[in-house]
Amino acid sequence: MKKTSVVSWVLILLLLSIGLLSAGIAPPKEGGMLPEITLSVPEVPAHQNYLGITKNKKTFRIPEIKAEVVLIEIFSMYCPYCQKDAPVVNELYNKIAQDEKLKNKIKLIGIGAGNSPFEVDFFQKTYDVNFPLFPDSDFSIHKMFGEVRTPYFIGVKINKDGTHSIFYSERGAIEDAPKFLNLILSKAGF
Amino acid sequence: MRKYSKIFLTLFVLFFISTYAFGLSDAFKKNIYNPGQLKPIDSKLKVKVGEKAPDFTLPSLSGEKISLSQFKGKKNVVISFVPAAWTPVCSDQWPGYNLAKVIFDKNGAVLLGITVDNIPTLYAWTNQMGDLWFPVLSDFWPHGKVAKMFGVLRSDGVAERALFIIDKNGILRYAHVSDINKRPDLKDLATALEKLNKD
Repeated sequence: MKKTSVVSWVLILLLLSIGLLSAGIAPPKEGGMLPEITLSVPEVPAHQNYLGITKNKKTFRIPEIKAEVVLIEIFSMYCPYCQKDAPVVNELYNKIAQDEKLKNKIKLIGIGAGNSPFEVDFFQKTYDVNFPLFPDSDFSIHKMFGEVRTPYFIGVKINKDGTHSIFYSERGAIEDAPKFLNLILSKAGF
Repeated sequence: MRKYSKIFLTLFVLFFISTYAFGLSDAFKKNIYNPGQLKPIDSKLKVKVGEKAPDFTLPSLSGEKISLSQFKGKKNVVISFVPAAWTPVCSDQWPGYNLAKVIFDKNGAVLLGITVDNIPTLYAWTNQMGDLWFPVLSDFWPHGKVAKMFGVLRSDGVAERALFIIDKNGILRYAHVSDINKRPDLKDLATALEKLNKD
């Protein structure tokens, strides 16, 4: 084989592999697992307590949260639908927090796609959000979640043995908090 | 050798497309055109911080004509140039400023949003953002005249992603041209507005 054709084949293989990479990661699938992401432990003690994450750590993984179910909202302060849905998500949080049977079982977190710490903090204060929100300034987490459009909700069931599985993965606003909660309870097998 | 140059160029472009990321609200459905990764900055500023900002008059979505000079002695003015309607980063930027009205209000500032698109395009596009509290101006004709005055008109005829702050005396106090592919952090604008009132 000529030297030039070997070089051509190497370049074609490189091109194909980069092409596959550029095709991107698919959004999380029901029945699947979360990508390997780590989040910074929140600075607010109330949020640390809410998540049951020790203050000694700098970062944690979502399945380490002390809950049976974790609901993740991928949002952005720049997204009109996320802004409009923020009071409804708060209503969902309050419904869970006020229910003695559910408050320790279901926890909510938000990840601000492309949002800086300042922007996440601004969103949190503007809508008086009581659950922890995490910045994702460089979209690195958003990319691992398949660059979903916002808002996007992911429900994760955390098992006692430390394993986990995704039972809900949908794009779009909640719109009706009681209806959404019933759907989550049913899909999580509560 | 020319053959290999072409292959390397293709690989280079694909690599950058694969690392390109943006957040997009579901509000825009599948109506956003993705131009891919663009040259970060493609113009040279013609205005200087500390000098008088050039006056202009442009038509707004409401039908009213808006001049920079009408705010003199009354309000600080933030000008947000965004490149084009129906593109990824631009479609997210103004909805964020819509939410951040309090930052502008507490610093005695108004916001003027400008693109080089025509009024019907701006009307359809901004309707997806909800009710915007600030005027949206069209720098469509003569094409990009105001963007050119500020030195933010790119060689392909769209504006840069640029922010300017003009104080109540008409003096330019802040000028920032971002990488067109990235949304500027709201913190920088908020800090610049607060500094304006401290000086």
